[in-house]
Amino acid sequence: MNGVHDLGGMHGFGPINPEPNEPVFHHDWERRVFGVMIATFGGGHYNVDQFRHAIERMGAVEYLTGSYYEHWLAALETLLAEHGVISHQDLAARLEQLRSGGH
Amino acid sequence: MAEHAHTQPPSDPELRIKALESLLVEKRLIDPAAVDAIIETYETKIGPRNGAKVVARAWADPDYKVRLLADGTKAIAELGFTGVQGEDMVVVENTDEVHNVVVCTLCSCYPWPTLGLPPVWYKAAPYRARVVSDPRGVLLEFGTRVSDDVEVRVWDSNAELRYLVLPQRPEGTEGWTEEQLAELVTRDAMIGTAVVAPPAKGDAS
Repeated sequence: MNGVHDLGGMHGFGPINPEPNEPVFHHDWERRVFGVMIATFGGGHYNVDQFRHAIERMGAVEYLTGSYYEHWLAALETLLAEHGVISHQDLAARLEQLRSGGH
Repeated sequence: MAEHAHTQPPSDPELRIKALESLLVEKRLIDPAAVDAIIETYETKIGPRNGAKVVARAWADPDYKVRLLADGTKAIAELGFTGVQGEDMVVVENTDEVHNVVVCTLCSCYPWPTLGLPPVWYKAAPYRARVVSDPRGVLLEFGTRVSDDVEVRVWDSNAELRYLVLPQRPEGTEGWTEEQLAELVTRDAMIGTAVVAPPAKGDAS
């Protein structure tokens, strides 16, 4: 598929701006996304091709404006729902609970 | 964990992963301690110092270099670096005639066992888009000028195949030990966006 992820040769993305002495993770939530991905991948809930494909199925705007670990998070939500592990409804309910300050 | 307590509302991804992780834990599908251990491993144990040891061995031991270029996966495993995202490794050698640089235009494929997790710029659109069409210009943004008479080869990684650049050994390192050599090797030199600089006078030996 020739989705927006197929970036090779495209123009207009600007400078690369490498960050000196970059940390492995920039936010604690990135650590959790990484750890949960490896743990659920290791648990056999999806394979690496399904994971990459879930990222490639993201909307173009969402893909280009989202950071790397936001891509991973979106793919996790998609695959865990599609594979009957965590439904979108359960996730939405838990998010609502967390937003209202519940723990 | 409690980096910013309740001083500001949590960002959206912060809440989303918290929701997901808490549900997975309740269903006993993941163990939070195992997740912590995974994170710690990739923050403290697996990183470019591994790849630097591979490069230093290749510089110091000509037989190892032959094995490394012939079968990267097997030779890297001799040093104990194996596992996820390093199952099929190809090592490409920089010479006076060829400079190699690695990208994953489609995503973020990268040799985790030897380099750890990739930096943000490697996974972001500007590098992935441009290094294939203007590699010399991209290298200049990293402060790396490749002479016009040197061929630049760009290797596009994929989920099955990962590349590691074997940089050129700098002059002024004759007789150095592998440990001393490894200290010189940077992550970017093994991606190919940099070269290994000769040691400053007074370094090592």
